[in-house]
Amino acid sequence: MKTKFFLFFTLLSVFIFAQENAESAPADSVAVFDYSLVKSFTLSDVGSDDGTALKIKWECTDNPENKNQFRLYRLTDGDTVRTLLGNFALSAEYTDENLNREESYSYSLVAVDSLGVEMQGIVSTDLMKPKANYFKTDKIILLLMILIYTIVIIILVETVKKGKVLFVRKISGLDTLDEAVGRATEMGRPVLYVPGSSTMSDIATIASLNILGPVAKKIAEYETRLIVPNRDPIVMTVAKEVVKESYSEAGRPDAYSDNDVFFLTDSQFGYAAAISGIMTREKPATNLLLGMFWAESLIMAEAGNTAGAIQIAGTDAVSQLPFFITSCDYTIIGEELYAASAYLSREPLLMGTLKAQDYFKGMIIAFICLYLFFLIISTIFGGNVLFLNKILDIIRFIFNS
Amino acid sequence: MFIRRTLPLLVAGFFGIATIIQFFVPHPASRTFYNMVLDWMIIVTAFTYLMAVQSTIELHTTKIKRKVEGWQYSLVVLISLGITAFIGILGGAFTPSTILMKLIPAFKPSSTSPLMYTYLYMQVPMQSTIFSLLAFYMASAAFRSFKARSFDATMLLVTAAIVTIGRVPLGEFIYKGFPEIIEWILKYPNMAAQRGILIGVELGMIATSLKIILGIERKYLGGGK
Repeated sequence: MKTKFFLFFTLLSVFIFAQENAESAPADSVAVFDYSLVKSFTLSDVGSDDGTALKIKWECTDNPENKNQFRLYRLTDGDTVRTLLGNFALSAEYTDENLNREESYSYSLVAVDSLGVEMQGIVSTDLMKPKANYFKTDKIILLLMILIYTIVIIILVETVKKGKVLFVRKISGLDTLDEAVGRATEMGRPVLYVPGSSTMSDIATIASLNILGPVAKKIAEYETRLIVPNRDPIVMTVAKEVVKESYSEAGRPDAYSDNDVFFLTDSQFGYAAAISGIMTREKPATNLLLGMFWAESLIMAEAGNTAGAIQIAGTDAVSQLPFFITSCDYTIIGEELYAASAYLSREPLLMGTLKAQDYFKGMIIAFICLYLFFLIISTIFGGNVLFLNKILDIIRFIFNS
Repeated sequence: MFIRRTLPLLVAGFFGIATIIQFFVPHPASRTFYNMVLDWMIIVTAFTYLMAVQSTIELHTTKIKRKVEGWQYSLVVLISLGITAFIGILGGAFTPSTILMKLIPAFKPSSTSPLMYTYLYMQVPMQSTIFSLLAFYMASAAFRSFKARSFDATMLLVTAAIVTIGRVPLGEFIYKGFPEIIEWILKYPNMAAQRGILIGVELGMIATSLKIILGIERKYLGGGK
């Protein structure tokens, strides 16, 4: 039995050894590479960049038996030593990045045999400097969209200025703001306004502060206390100004207390813990959680729910919306947060921008439907109709841009 | 009026347009401008933290002075702030400073600075404690929302039950196709709804930004209009 095993393993190892040898045998290596096989070897500048990249492309006459590779070298003008960039196939392209736009570069190809030994001969490009561009051509559609959007906004704002009345659908969460503030007044308890956990660079925070203005004005009119705890010092500064101005507008500058708009901490869960503490100690009748929230959203919302306050939350963070919907009485979902400013103030100029948003959304829906329509027709015809494929490519290009 | 209204609007408009242009220009000059603005932001943010400290001290000092309910906690906040600032300034943020070693000869250099020590062994455990509460809150929120009161709520309950079972090994044990069903739910109906919301959000963001750049939206400057 032992002898049989021994024989089996010996034969197996001989077989494997023979296989490895057969693979590594230099069947096609030659000492000199025929560079006339190189059909093209071009060096070009990479477009839409900051002048730090060059593109090298080479192509060889197709010969399936040729198992050689090319070794690509870079030579900086003024240097004598070439830098190896790697081994590549006989036809390939390579983008050399992180270059200096003040210097010129040339590239060389040296053939290597299947053992990795460099063969005689070399082919090189001329010197070239990478160029810095002034426009990202791949973003042209995006720029066009922004321009069209801006023009639509301006046109609608001008239309509204002339007196056209625009219809805006009912947003329950915003309609209830008055009722929520009124409830706090009746109960003699404060209103807690949380402007989110993010910084001023977040558009959701700006949207939240835009809502804070009308809310603070209403609260000042009702002579109720407003508490605004902040996580970011810049947001705190802006919130102070917004509340102070709103109290002045309501004719109650004396009711404004600087200590009611304050900084808590920039720690995410420290902030959540502090807000929960305020909800438990101060027992606000109304909690308004509007802005950008992350994992702390549920901690705050559940603490408010347990305290028995009426809660209105709003965020554009899709992952946090289910938590707010579960724990709050009203939830302002996504875009409604950005519409709130116009909805509450009913200012004609802001209403115009709201309508522009709707028109653009309609346009995106139309594009998606158009794409779906052409995709179905193209599938019915087996995907071979050139005209349909072109249309689909154009729509795909617009979406990708 | 010019300082309080017009100038901030002009500054917001100028930097808004400049940042949009910067996005479309790949030239190094554009990147230099962007980096410069980022540096300005860092400097401004650093100074605003002084205002944050001032706000915290003022708020808690007032609470202690007026002896409002729970004023003792305010005392804890102020003492903690003082101690942290003290060890931060003398102990260095990341490596023990030589000042501390000169002041206290017995102080031995260590790889963990005193400030990092307070962060690692006090702040991090406290944050983790609050974070762990999330699990309990999630259970209570799920209990409330998964009551089959209406057709929509029943749909939510059924979907949630399928996803929950399918996400644990038990699901695959019961029926091998469970993970594929979950993938389908998350990839198609769920993603479609999310994208619908996200398209609206993105447009809202652009509209809000344009409103600020064009000076249509002014509430962030304070006041209603």
